[in-house]
Amino acid sequence: MTTQGTTEGLTARSMVEHISAQGVTHMVTLPDSETNFMYDNMTESGMEVVPIAREGEAIAIAAGLWIANQKPAVMIQNSGLFESGDALRGLGIGIDLPLVMFIGYRGYTRHGDTPDSAAQFLEPFLHTWGTPYWIIETDAELDRIALAFKKAEETSKPVAVLIGAEYVSV
Amino acid sequence: MIEYQDVATAIQRERGEAVVVTAMTQSKFWKEASDRPELDIPTNNSMGKVSSIALGIALGAPDRKVIALDGDGSLIMNMGSLVTVGNKSPKNFVHVVYDNGVYAITGGQPIAGAGVINWPAIAMGSGYKAAYSFEDTEEMATEMPRIMAEDGPILIRIQVKPVITTNLGVIQTWESNAVMPRQMRSVKVELAKS
Repeated sequence: MTTQGTTEGLTARSMVEHISAQGVTHMVTLPDSETNFMYDNMTESGMEVVPIAREGEAIAIAAGLWIANQKPAVMIQNSGLFESGDALRGLGIGIDLPLVMFIGYRGYTRHGDTPDSAAQFLEPFLHTWGTPYWIIETDAELDRIALAFKKAEETSKPVAVLIGAEYVSV
Repeated sequence: MIEYQDVATAIQRERGEAVVVTAMTQSKFWKEASDRPELDIPTNNSMGKVSSIALGIALGAPDRKVIALDGDGSLIMNMGSLVTVGNKSPKNFVHVVYDNGVYAITGGQPIAGAGVINWPAIAMGSGYKAAYSFEDTEEMATEMPRIMAEDGPILIRIQVKPVITTNLGVIQTWESNAVMPRQMRSVKVELAKS
């Protein structure tokens, strides 16, 4: 166990601070094993949390928020991203939506032997959709969040930040 | 059963400055009735996501009424969105469900649950503030002004006469597929003015 603010792990509070710094107004989310500790931090940060019943709703709701001139982000698990594939096609890439999607990387093992198919297919899936992504495992890598938002704005397309670690502290 | 154009006429009379998000056959008839096309978004390529897109707009622009013209076949693809709407409970959200019991654009095959689904009951059980059902044109036209003035989220189920596409296919062009993104940007610009 490490403590908040160290570079040895990923802390929810630090991550939310980096997301808030990008001016995110709404987080459309369904909690998962990798990102669940974020929930209380997000509600306390001033972001409006939009809980969803199923991940396929997320990109469509984000598109609506963007139409209303808000700055949404999405936080779902990789299994839910697969369920969202058609929304990513039609309502993300298809409308040139600048959107950062935080994706819980369920099954990520870092050593190649990956029994969970949700992990096996995640990066090939993103390559197939032509969606750029960054992986974050520690607080030392949180500057990649700013890179992701910059890329989404520059390209006016969805990009992904993959959360490759469960949080060591809130 | 109620004709599509009569529904569009009744809603158009009450839409004011509302953003209107439409799906499938509703888009065709709404386009003919609408007097504010810059505030309309047809979403014929969204696979049932009308309610979710409209919810996002309603949450992001809480002072603007947002009307979703959904279909029964579309909404059963996205049933969880009813709970998501009920949970956030936006006052400016009106959800109209055109109930014709069929997939009209593929030749009229029955949808799952045709004639069985109780939309008002599902809406109320999902947290909507009110829900209504109409099968008579005159009653719908009479009640629409009062209902549209209420705080949402509201669901209005309307039993419509199916308009079956007989050529079994939608002819897509680059131009037709550019309509949805173009209209989304139109509404984005309009909302930025307010």
